[in-house]
Amino acid sequence: MINLNINNQRISVQPGTTVLDAAKKLKINIPTLCNHPDLCVAGNCRVCVVEQTGAKTLIAACSMPVSEGMDIHTNTLKVRNARKHIVELLLSEHRSDCTKCYKNQKCELQALANEFAFGDTIFLDLVEDHHYSIDRSSPSFIKDDSKCIHCQRCVRTCTQLQYISAIAVANKGAHQKISSFHDRPMSHVVCTNCGQCVNRCPTGALVEKTYIDQVWDAIYDPAKHVVVQTAPAVRVALGEDLGYDPGERVTGKLVTALRQLGFDSILDTDFAADLTIMEEGTELLTRLKKVLVDGDKTTSIPMFTSCSPGWVKFIEHKYPEFLPNLSTCKSPQQMFGALAKTYFAQKMKLDPSKIVSVSIMPCIAKKYEADRPEMRSSGFKDIDYVLTTRELAVMIKQAGLDFRNLEPSNYDSVMGDSTGAGVIFGATGGVMEAALRTAYEIVTGREVPFKNLNITPVRGMEGVKEATVKIEGCTADWKFLEGAELKVAIAHGLVNANKIMKLVRQGKSPYHFVEIMACPGGCIGGGGQPIPTSMEIRKNRMKAIYSEDEHMVLRKSHENPDVIAIYKDFLGKPNSHVSHELLHTHYTERDNY
Amino acid sequence: MEKKGLTKVDLIFETIDPKEVLIKAFKMSSGDIIKEMLDSGLKGRGGAGFPTGLKWKYAAAEKEPEKYIVCNADEGEPGTFKDREILDRVAYKVYGGMAIAGKAISAKHGIVYLRGEYRFLLPQLMKELEKFHKMIGEIGYDFKINYCLGSGAYICGEESALFESVEGSRGEPRNKPPYPTTSGVFGKPTSINNVETLVTTMMIIKHGAAKFYELGTKDSRGSKVFSVSGDTPTPGIFELELGMSVQEFVTEFGDGDTKAVQVGGASGFCVPRKKFQNTIIGFEGVPTGGSMKLFNSSRSMYNVLHNYLDFFAEESCGQCTPCRVGCQQLLKGVEKVKKGEVKSTYLNELIKLADTMKIASKCGLGQSVGNAFRTIVENFREEIIY
Repeated sequence: MINLNINNQRISVQPGTTVLDAAKKLKINIPTLCNHPDLCVAGNCRVCVVEQTGAKTLIAACSMPVSEGMDIHTNTLKVRNARKHIVELLLSEHRSDCTKCYKNQKCELQALANEFAFGDTIFLDLVEDHHYSIDRSSPSFIKDDSKCIHCQRCVRTCTQLQYISAIAVANKGAHQKISSFHDRPMSHVVCTNCGQCVNRCPTGALVEKTYIDQVWDAIYDPAKHVVVQTAPAVRVALGEDLGYDPGERVTGKLVTALRQLGFDSILDTDFAADLTIMEEGTELLTRLKKVLVDGDKTTSIPMFTSCSPGWVKFIEHKYPEFLPNLSTCKSPQQMFGALAKTYFAQKMKLDPSKIVSVSIMPCIAKKYEADRPEMRSSGFKDIDYVLTTRELAVMIKQAGLDFRNLEPSNYDSVMGDSTGAGVIFGATGGVMEAALRTAYEIVTGREVPFKNLNITPVRGMEGVKEATVKIEGCTADWKFLEGAELKVAIAHGLVNANKIMKLVRQGKSPYHFVEIMACPGGCIGGGGQPIPTSMEIRKNRMKAIYSEDEHMVLRKSHENPDVIAIYKDFLGKPNSHVSHELLHTHYTERDNY
Repeated sequence: MEKKGLTKVDLIFETIDPKEVLIKAFKMSSGDIIKEMLDSGLKGRGGAGFPTGLKWKYAAAEKEPEKYIVCNADEGEPGTFKDREILDRVAYKVYGGMAIAGKAISAKHGIVYLRGEYRFLLPQLMKELEKFHKMIGEIGYDFKINYCLGSGAYICGEESALFESVEGSRGEPRNKPPYPTTSGVFGKPTSINNVETLVTTMMIIKHGAAKFYELGTKDSRGSKVFSVSGDTPTPGIFELELGMSVQEFVTEFGDGDTKAVQVGGASGFCVPRKKFQNTIIGFEGVPTGGSMKLFNSSRSMYNVLHNYLDFFAEESCGQCTPCRVGCQQLLKGVEKVKKGEVKSTYLNELIKLADTMKIASKCGLGQSVGNAFRTIVENFREEIIY
């Protein structure tokens, strides 16, 4: 153990602990900016400087490991003056249109300015000297360089968590900026629109592209029937933006809130998640039969899930040779979209051209996905607007709803029923678990051999998870799978996806089925979720997801009554011709830069 | 304060038989070589002045079997051109010093990080290197040197930014600790030494620590090579014993009208005429990596300062706030003062800012911008304002 003093308080900590973490243990708050619990230490904003007795310079608490006998002071005049200067310097190159900014009151620089830089401005305005650009090219987010404070959280996120490096540091000195390959617009680079950078940007430099006003316009247009769907991960995170602790389930209140906001039909993406399991599970079994029984060389395994649009774009850019391995199933959002303007319209006797389909997603890549040209199989744009969890919270505040005291209510019918299997789509491993619950039962006629249907090996926050399921006692149709060991893998965060893809490329993958989610923790850690994010917050959301599953009466996708009904009335059977028309898609090879 | 007069020395460029010196060095133990360096009092010649023997001692103490010797030949400080001359004339001594350093810390690999602008030296340096590898082979010692070229960024002379650059990354300084002797290039223990330092180590082995120790003063032992430029009738490279006053230097090199000397380049200190007599060139006074720029009364110190600030605003890597934004603020600030767009008292705010940069910047670049700023503004305030 290392002994040191911070503000004259003695503490012993493990070697390698930073001064910042040691101070935290003493409940001494040192302000930070570039530091983020999910990312490697940068030590570049210098806001966390503290004084070490005997040292010539101040030290950055976030990057300085403790040493024996260190004497640290976090609040001397020297420290305060330096911090004030640093915050003032950041403000001098930051376009401070705070009252108009989307991040107003949610901005970490603003919070620091409140503490250290109120009153007269010391330094000259540098904003006018820089030719800042605002990149609105992505349908998912806006990159506004005039608000960038060069903390490089986004760069570290893109490199370290996502293995993409769509953004990187370019130029030096006064011209240093966060840029893309050849300064191309974000819509024309390798960016997957995952939004992890948006989740970690301390200012308004990276924010989602918001469609709140368009949705309000639709709601108030009497000619329009506005259908809204909510993704599973939204219900366990929305509360965070409305005063709840991370991990509170607010499903019932969420439904009531949507109704009070004026949406006409409140439906559930979970329904489409269950439908995805039927389509994807069948696709998997068909592929396995083709490979194992027919010896078909043109069929590719492992099969990858395709629910995560960030992951889909990643493989399109980075591993396009494996696009045939990607399930042809659309994501639940897009399956829902295609059905809302066909099946739902028929059932409800609505004119599909008058339906506005809105989805509430934990994700900003979904905004991009909805814009893909393939996503118009209903004859219209299947999903008109995608709002993030954060945007919905804004709408709830705009409408003045007293969220905490709303009476919980239920989703509307036709496409509103869900099962626990659909809910767990929101967490990493969830799609796998849901698929196994259904596929195993299709093949053997029995439930998966896990206590309470909880397939624990596929759960948890480990970057890459593996599991093997032995298939025994097959029904007559599936005899070819008798005794087979189904090997599955799950990865979340694209850096982990890349680990699996490397194996696949080297021909060393033993897997039959692989679930990949672009974001850390799966959708619960999505780029549209409430800010801040950290492992602890994501774990709380994950707990809530599984608790939601436990509380459901139905926990297997194939038992969802609305799913059973749609196959009976509309689709016929999984992977039918109609399914293929509406629920399946194709992919595009893209450049790797 | 101990001081010496101005004495010319011929150590760095002295012609020697490298084989003889290396055979002598390789017969010594690692500990003996390090002791010799510690006894000599040699401090790094790149500017920062870290004791060479201590650096080698730390690197030698590391258990990791793979270690590196890096020769910092990214000579970028404005007004410094001595390493170019050394590489041009006695590259074999640079390689020899690297091999001795390698022996001291048990490193088998050497990397010369050569400034991009010195690429024209490369064919000749490679020829010398071939000869060196052959000679080392004849002695029966195992040490291999490779070249790595910079691309023109001043910051890559900062040791950890240099490592990043060698590794193929963007040249940005790292957080320290860990220091290079623990985790340097490729994350391995590394001794990174300036071109001139390495040559000096070879000469210390040849002549013995005592002879080197005799030269110079308590804080600044030995002699060093100076790059003399500016308003001088005799610009060029001069090896001088350390410990002289600026006055003695100006008497030798000035044009009779010297009003200021910038010692140590853009990141160094400006010494005005009134302080020539009492300022010693060395670690007890104004340290220098070799750059000595003389200014006579025809020069505007505003222009000098503006030039330096322009340079720093361009050459900051841009990662840390005090340096990236601070340099821009200092530059714009003096411009506004000059134009009368802000009050002249704004210079006081800027001096405070320079002080913050000195204590809060991540690396030596940002920390030393204030040196020139403060000394020029304090000594030539009227030239900045009017």
